[in-house]
Amino acid sequence: MDQVNKLIERLGGVYLLPVAVSLIALVLIGVPSSWVTLTVAGLAMGMMIFLMASGLSLVFGLMDVLNFGHSAFVSFGAFIAASVLAWLGGWLGSDSIILNSMAILAAFIAAFQFGLAAGWFFETVVIKPVYHDHLRQILITMGALIVAEQMILAIWGGAPMSVPRPSFLEGAFLIGDVAIEIYRVYALILGGLVYIALYLTLNRTRIGLLIRAGVENREMVEALGFRIDRLFVGVFMAGSALAAMGGVMWAGYETLITPALGAEMMIVVFIVVIIGGLGSIEGTLLGAIMVGLVANYVGFLAPKLALASNMILMMVILLWRPNGLKPAVK
Amino acid sequence: MTTIPTKGDRIVKAAVLIIAGLLLFAPFLFQDIRSLEVAARICVFIVLVASYDLLIGYTGIVSFAHTMFFGFGAYGAAISLKQMGPGWDAVVVGALSGVLVSTIVAIAIGLLSLRVKAIFFAMITLAAASVAMVLASQLSQFTGGEDGITYKTPDIFKTATKLMVDDNNKVVRLFGVKLNGKLAAYYFVFATCLMLFLVMLRLVGSPIGTVLKAIRENEARAEAVGYRVVAYRTFVFCIAAIIASLAGTIYAMWLKYTGPDTTLSFTIMIDILLMVVIGGMGTLWGAVIGAVLLVLAQYYLRDLMGTAAEALHGIPILPYALEPDRWLFWLGIIFILLVYFFPKGIAGTIAERGAKP
Repeated sequence: MDQVNKLIERLGGVYLLPVAVSLIALVLIGVPSSWVTLTVAGLAMGMMIFLMASGLSLVFGLMDVLNFGHSAFVSFGAFIAASVLAWLGGWLGSDSIILNSMAILAAFIAAFQFGLAAGWFFETVVIKPVYHDHLRQILITMGALIVAEQMILAIWGGAPMSVPRPSFLEGAFLIGDVAIEIYRVYALILGGLVYIALYLTLNRTRIGLLIRAGVENREMVEALGFRIDRLFVGVFMAGSALAAMGGVMWAGYETLITPALGAEMMIVVFIVVIIGGLGSIEGTLLGAIMVGLVANYVGFLAPKLALASNMILMMVILLWRPNGLKPAVK
Repeated sequence: MTTIPTKGDRIVKAAVLIIAGLLLFAPFLFQDIRSLEVAARICVFIVLVASYDLLIGYTGIVSFAHTMFFGFGAYGAAISLKQMGPGWDAVVVGALSGVLVSTIVAIAIGLLSLRVKAIFFAMITLAAASVAMVLASQLSQFTGGEDGITYKTPDIFKTATKLMVDDNNKVVRLFGVKLNGKLAAYYFVFATCLMLFLVMLRLVGSPIGTVLKAIRENEARAEAVGYRVVAYRTFVFCIAAIIASLAGTIYAMWLKYTGPDTTLSFTIMIDILLMVVIGGMGTLWGAVIGAVLLVLAQYYLRDLMGTAAEALHGIPILPYALEPDRWLFWLGIIFILLVYFFPKGIAGTIAERGAKP
């Protein structure tokens, strides 16, 4: 038993979990082609959720601040992107892939900028006065979430809004008899790029070093003369911008968005963050992929159970590891 | 922590007594159906908010699953009344099954998450509540889905039931109020709610209540003195869940209808949060004040906003900002400001007056 444990640990430990899950699913599903489709769908979903969840997790790890209003950034990102894309309908409808990509880029930039600005505002105005007070933090960020949702209702109205998608991201391509939606591949690539960028920033730059040090021992970093509160504003802004980007991706994926989007995603994001362990990017990615895969597999194998699958997954993992799969050192 | 009652304390308690008096005579004081509706809603929400206050105010843990327990009670009564027909046996079965389910779920959630971190608890309860809501709308053969269930309550609560008849076989009027089943239903709600509230007051005044306050003030110290914090928290979470479930049963009896919107929706959770924060956390009295203010505002202020919006027609922005749809927006802002500037709420702030620093 000990030797098996050591072997698993050497091969990657908890990182093997998604692999194990997908292998079990392969046996249960039995049809390789639908298994591949489901796996790609699960990975793409996981990547989008990762974008939304990473900021929340980092902010918590660094500053012990849990932002219940995080999902507001997601919905704002989605709606801003929808507006920008509708406004640039001409570019989007044209045949040139360059113009199409420009429109999508514009949507991303708009959402990203908004995320930065809103994150700054949120951090300095709403959260700063209630550092180190979890109860009031939860209450205040919850209040902010209510206000933000109402603002979305006031600006965009309660009716569902359709999100145009450029033609080159539509449809699917076939490998053998496996159909893979292009948008999912696109989400997978984009999410992967963001993860790599985050990983390199955190592990290869000076700022990343400071952030990791701050997560581990904030006072020590402050004692060495670094202004960790400024760093925190930066992390918060980046996290909000990432959430807004996740919202853009999700809007393009769903193609029809409602103001309830934020509230729906919030639950999933929380589950991901809890599963992954608060404070670590790797854990969040792991949690997001697990949630994405399990949601897709269960949705295929037992549609009735799909609704509760995330919750069951969370319970099982919490029973096994009460602090999540890969919590930051704390 | 012994506190000498201050002048402010007395004001708060007097206010609560006045509210209790008004509620007791509500059918006679405000003689229209809508007012009675408001009064019954206030009664139920006082219990619901007070039981939530046991959690948030006395142990400092934030749960978002309180409506879930409320819903368990309501759906328990609704399903059993629908299946077994209107009778007291159905009510008892429904209430008990609601309580049982609530207790089991509360213990499971409590043991799973309370030992880790208080902040996990908030997230897990939120997730659990959302699952409960989805289940209620999906299992439509039991719960009626989005439409909910309508059913009959025991005969004594029918509007047509005559409690006392005069010689001509007409309903006796007392101070102009018909003594019919509606009145019986209201007093059933009032009496059961009062009882539950008194039980909570007793609990808070007991040695357990003192331990809970100790945990809220300093968790590590309470643990060091030898109290098992997790056990106490799980216990109080269960108690709060049971009381919320009973409140749900009472509300289901009053409304004769149970659906996701009246019991499980997140809006109700937000209402409870607002009531507890507006009223003041950590004093059951605050729950009373918060529930009364917010329910009154919901029923009357919203109409007023609509009227104001129409009256200001033509002026830019203002009518738009005062539209009844913006109601939650303003509540949210008030909520944030309250948490910043008056974290003790109305009851706590008034009670501080006259206290020696």
